[in-house]
Amino acid sequence: METQTMTDVLTSLKERFPDAVEPSEYEGVVVAPARLLEVATFLRDELGYRYLSLVSGVDYPQPTARFPARFEVVYHLFRESGGPLTLHVHAERDDPVVPSVVSVWPAANVHERETWDLMGIRFAGHPNLRRILLWEGFEGHPLRKDWHEVYYEADKKPFESRYPNGRPTMAEARSPLGDNLRYPPGWSPQGWQSQAEEAVYAPLEAHLGGDGRRMPTDQVVVNLGPQHPSTHGVLRMVARLDGETIQQLEPVLGYLHRCHEKIGERNTWLANMPYTDRLDYVSSMSNNFGYAIAVEKLLGVEVPERAEYIRVIMAELTRIVRHLISIGSYTSDIGVYLTGMLYALEERELILDLFEMASGSRMMCNYFRFGGVARDLPDGWVALAKELVYERLPRRIDEMERFTFNDVFRARSVGVGVLPADKAIAYGCTGPLLRASGVPYDVRRVEPYSVYGELDWDVAVAYHGDIHDRFVVRFEEMRQSLRIIRQALERMPEGPVLSGKVQPALKVPAGEAYGRVEAPLGELGFYLVSDGSANPHRYRIRAPSFANLGVLGELCKGHLIADVVAILASIDITLGEVDR
Amino acid sequence: MTTQDARLPEVPPELRNNVRIGPLDWLSPLYNWSRKRSLWPLFGGLACCAFEMIAAAAARFDQARFGMEIVRPSPRQADLMIVSGTVTKRMAPQIVRLYNQMPEPKYVIAMGACAISGGPFKEGYNVVSGVDKLIPVDVYVPGCPPRPEALYNAFLALHALWDRERISQLRWYRKDVVDEGVPVPELGPDLVNWRVVEKLGATEE
Repeated sequence: METQTMTDVLTSLKERFPDAVEPSEYEGVVVAPARLLEVATFLRDELGYRYLSLVSGVDYPQPTARFPARFEVVYHLFRESGGPLTLHVHAERDDPVVPSVVSVWPAANVHERETWDLMGIRFAGHPNLRRILLWEGFEGHPLRKDWHEVYYEADKKPFESRYPNGRPTMAEARSPLGDNLRYPPGWSPQGWQSQAEEAVYAPLEAHLGGDGRRMPTDQVVVNLGPQHPSTHGVLRMVARLDGETIQQLEPVLGYLHRCHEKIGERNTWLANMPYTDRLDYVSSMSNNFGYAIAVEKLLGVEVPERAEYIRVIMAELTRIVRHLISIGSYTSDIGVYLTGMLYALEERELILDLFEMASGSRMMCNYFRFGGVARDLPDGWVALAKELVYERLPRRIDEMERFTFNDVFRARSVGVGVLPADKAIAYGCTGPLLRASGVPYDVRRVEPYSVYGELDWDVAVAYHGDIHDRFVVRFEEMRQSLRIIRQALERMPEGPVLSGKVQPALKVPAGEAYGRVEAPLGELGFYLVSDGSANPHRYRIRAPSFANLGVLGELCKGHLIADVVAILASIDITLGEVDR
Repeated sequence: MTTQDARLPEVPPELRNNVRIGPLDWLSPLYNWSRKRSLWPLFGGLACCAFEMIAAAAARFDQARFGMEIVRPSPRQADLMIVSGTVTKRMAPQIVRLYNQMPEPKYVIAMGACAISGGPFKEGYNVVSGVDKLIPVDVYVPGCPPRPEALYNAFLALHALWDRERISQLRWYRKDVVDEGVPVPELGPDLVNWRVVEKLGATEE
């Protein structure tokens, strides 16, 4: 049924735009850049593709059988009823320009800025095309295949140069400056001035016009972070205030940009698994899950049933941990200091014990493999898990939920940071943020993966779209997670947990795949392009909290500055994933 | 009455039995003992290790046993900086600025593989290969992330370090040492780390 509708979509696209649309190399269609906006508007308004999930840039330095050497911009679109549609737009390799789709899907804003920053593809008509993860003035666009970092050794791992005579060499020893630094030829610090800070504040002074040097006294620009107790890591925000009211707010990202995608394209497929742990480092099992699903799509392997159940149990336990942490940190942000967090961390430790028993590590589990999980559950694991999900956690979740009836909590959260449903969809928000606005969109339900289709559970939804409802949704989701875990623990069959065996230098058939799961923070997607070798050609991550952060400025407008930390905590971000 | 230090003003004869003038090294054990029980860490996590740092402060592991439960958000009130996570080039100026703002005596723990050397992200174009490229580090804690117990071991290592410290040798009580702080890096075509940029000038000439 789903494939039928998919074919319908492609046929109606071809009927409407016969000369602008042609089939792509692997999935979806190639759209002529000149007609992109028309096609996008048609898809959104008439076929219901209101939800833009991801914009990625792909570099093809070598010509393929059908297309010349090029940059490609890839758009992943979804409808409320699922149905992924992939649009490809080609651009020349020198001076790539593609029309911006921000006017059709505001969600494209942050993704296009990232693509410009890391891939160097310009988006004509983008309202604010600045670097987002690196700073203004950085030399080059790192994700291009011909851009090499300072410690560059070879295009693909494993690096043979690392053991020249049987002994490892240090990366510093190979770099001319003895450090991970490189300056353009002829560059000298004499008379040079950094532009990075001015560029951060420039959009806040845009409303002044002219040279932007005349800051009127009734509005001030303030800076929050990156070292700030309420920014959940190293997020930085710059805001323009009128008194205490936010007029404009811009998140400044990149303080934890760890070059995940560049490193991932050099790693072997399996070597990326532990790196995904460090995306949203609180919910490493969910990240493993998303990556495993995406690679399994390319490989076409089957997962044994026992492994599917173990995966679901682990992912749902992770969801409980993540929501507990989110509630704990929200309470400390609105002034309870550590108490709420201590309640949350107490339960978290018990769940981490289960993770440690199964995987050997508390936080960075690295437990999933392509075609199953790394090892079976140890003896006594199920009994401990049952005790936790039947006895302890339901009581503790009820106890913590009393928090939402607290007067201070309600005063700080009811009616604050309201996000209407249509805006939430337009900005590409997912997860509890979207479901609190009354949109029952959950990847586990619209596109059931693993064994979620066989289990009995409900999608948690609330309708006011304010901070309070986001936490109502989180509490309800934790209860639903417990429901799922209980069913999975009862139904889990005996049997193998891994199909085939683990191959470190696995070769993946050429193709592209977009695998997505419902991570605790929202839709976590992995867009992978394989050229048939042992390393990904493109390894792109759709981080839910990065997309959700795009709406922060809108949510904060008109609120007091004290509400910013509350709104930020209710969106719930993890910087490891935002900056990657 | 000990020997009169030539640098200090003359003490009147009637007071000579009341004050002790000279090196205060006999106070070092007391000084170090009291510091061990009131070490205030700087609030602020960088990356994944921050969550193990928070777990170390929470109920199961209970950092309050060390007198360290007071985590200060302001560097002006902190004695210890726990660099808990990857130091990116973009974050480097802030790390150095925070370090410079902390009052002496101050200590730095590099927590986790990333803070020690860049860890799994070492080859990344935006990653500093170890926080010791920027600021001096006292204790390194290996692990990715280290368990809370490993972090406690670092605190104990810091205590052991203090057992060897004597007041007269501490640089922040000495008048001949002028502390200008660490030069703050800037963001240019790459991170402008002044310690390395000096080398750049040297190679050009």
